[in-house]
Amino acid sequence: MKKRFALLLILSMILSLAACGGDKPAADANNGGDASSAAGEVFYLNFKPEQDEAWEALAKAYTEETGVPVTVVTAASGTYEQTLMSEIAKSNPPTLFQVNGPVGLANWKDYCLDLTGSGILSQLTSDSFALKDGDATLGIAYVVESYGIIVNKTLLAKAGYSVEDIASFADLKKVAEDITARKDELGFAAFSSAGMDGSSDWRFKTHLANLPIYFEYQDKGIGTTDAIEGTYLDNYKAIFDLYINNSTCDPKELASKTGDDSLNEFRNGEAVFYQNGSWAYGDLVGEGKPFTDDDLAMIPIYIGAGDEAQQGLCTGTENYWCVNNSAKEENIQATLDFMNWCVTSEKGTQAMATEMNFVIPFQNAVESPNLFVKQDQDMTAAGKTPVSWNFPTMPSENWKNELGSALTAYAAGTGTWDTVASAFVDGWASEYAALNG
Amino acid sequence: MEKAIRKYWPVFVLPTLAAFLIGFVWPFLQGLYLSFCKFVTINNATFNGLKNYIFALTEADFLHSFGFTVLFTVVSSACINVAALAIALALTREIKGTNLFRSVFFMPNLIGGIVLGYIWNILLNCVLTLLGKPLMNLYAPYGFIGLLILMCWQQIGYMMIIYIAGLQSIPGDYLEAARIDGATERQIFWKVKLPNLMPSITICAFLTLTNGFKLFDQNLALTGGEPAHQTEMLALNIYQTFYGRSGPQWKGYGQAKAVLFCILVIAISMIQLRATRSKEVQQ
Repeated sequence: MKKRFALLLILSMILSLAACGGDKPAADANNGGDASSAAGEVFYLNFKPEQDEAWEALAKAYTEETGVPVTVVTAASGTYEQTLMSEIAKSNPPTLFQVNGPVGLANWKDYCLDLTGSGILSQLTSDSFALKDGDATLGIAYVVESYGIIVNKTLLAKAGYSVEDIASFADLKKVAEDITARKDELGFAAFSSAGMDGSSDWRFKTHLANLPIYFEYQDKGIGTTDAIEGTYLDNYKAIFDLYINNSTCDPKELASKTGDDSLNEFRNGEAVFYQNGSWAYGDLVGEGKPFTDDDLAMIPIYIGAGDEAQQGLCTGTENYWCVNNSAKEENIQATLDFMNWCVTSEKGTQAMATEMNFVIPFQNAVESPNLFVKQDQDMTAAGKTPVSWNFPTMPSENWKNELGSALTAYAAGTGTWDTVASAFVDGWASEYAALNG
Repeated sequence: MEKAIRKYWPVFVLPTLAAFLIGFVWPFLQGLYLSFCKFVTINNATFNGLKNYIFALTEADFLHSFGFTVLFTVVSSACINVAALAIALALTREIKGTNLFRSVFFMPNLIGGIVLGYIWNILLNCVLTLLGKPLMNLYAPYGFIGLLILMCWQQIGYMMIIYIAGLQSIPGDYLEAARIDGATERQIFWKVKLPNLMPSITICAFLTLTNGFKLFDQNLALTGGEPAHQTEMLALNIYQTFYGRSGPQWKGYGQAKAVLFCILVIAISMIQLRATRSKEVQQ
């Protein structure tokens, strides 16, 4: 009996040890099969959870075609940096990862392969989509996106206006305030809630904040700075005031409103305007979604600065592919081949356009069915100037967070605009100092 | 059985020892070394001397979070222990349904911190909205009170179980003798029950103090340190320094803070254990 008991104990111990050893990522299973016949393998650490399934499918298709195993692992929303940090230190690190622009690159440049002379670089439609550090090209943008104010045209017509009526900040303000004045009669509000919860506040602390930065850069003719002056802060205040005072809810409640709240309000026809980007297309149009292409339009975010008649959507990228230079030689080659295949082959370009809804800045790109993307192209064709994405030059994630925190307090009335201005201007300088310290 | 143990002890000791060395001692030493370094990943650290510690000890946010943590720990430990003991006393009086009450009070402890944090976040923010008051992540005092309510709700049940066990282990003849000698209920509590409860108090004080000090999940989920880091506790501050910032120097700062934090927690636990141990009586 005792012996049997001892045996049982030992057995359970061994089992528990085996269980510990079995703690490998499930994705590794993909490495089986033909792995032995192929020269290298690809490990892609994907940033966008929305496209996780599409990437998995594309990876599978590539493996079937070439025999090269491709592992796709997607970091949970908001945890990309952490995941990358721990994954890259492992013995089998990601061979393909991404950074969000110059500031992100500063942290990872020691791990980025110089892509000069690679096949994928020659496929880029414009040199501006290459992320450079000195002479070396360390990153390549793989998707271009646009954002602006999404308009529910049906509701706007009910209020007695059309998209053509809004061509400046003054127009937008007039329409929004008129809708607010008749809110009870119309049954809907002007803007969906400008939620300041973490799932939504990036729309204001990052995307909206891009506009005052853009116009300041334009005035000075620069592309980045270590000391922002905040010359367009008054315009930033004006547009943010417009958002919070003409919204579905009381400004005091915004602190706890989430991205889903805002989206649902727009979907349910409770608001005419919704600030978001081309990536939201899939949430609004399609099977089981309330809208068709005819119901929607995207207009530029007017803040009353620059030449508003010529202002386009905010178009740019913060997604750059980087190849890990510390990976094995054959894996690096396999990764370069995979990237090239994604943007040149029929299957790859098709999947990126239709499955992932991406507009890719490569020569073989297939046209995307995304309405907002088409609108951006139309506006550019009509001679309007797209507003570039300058938030990759924001000094740090912390700068955005401090700004977001100040905006939240301002919206709720517990903080003042001075705090926001200070987070914007002084925070910029101190964060840049810390970045280089 | 004893013979078998003598023969097979390595089988039982070695796996645990190995796990302890690999999973605790080695990472701890590595962490100690990294706290003097700048690094992006732990494989390529460059030595940075004492700069990390100097930064950590002069950063305003870190010092504020230290003050906030101490305040929270003291207040929450006091509230939790007093309430848990009171409930334990009530539930050892052999009233009907005691077992049901014990289970119900214990149950909150079974839910994870993050989940609790989000549930209470919704709940308390709704109440504040109805009252027309600023939300927890906008007004630090409400954030503090929210955290306190959450921690009390979660921990009182657990501490209560320990106190009940302590109360039940007091020999009945002590209480009987006290009653025969004419002691009032109050005297029995202060002179007989409490001294005999000291071992339980030691354990509970230790648990509540360290739990309060190391609080992370609930802090992250309930207020996230808002507004402007005012409700950020030490563990969350370290996390934000390490993960919320990019750049090799921040990893070093975070690591240095973590080492300081570790020393602090050990020191406080040691002092507390010594202080309460000395009051324990032998039965």
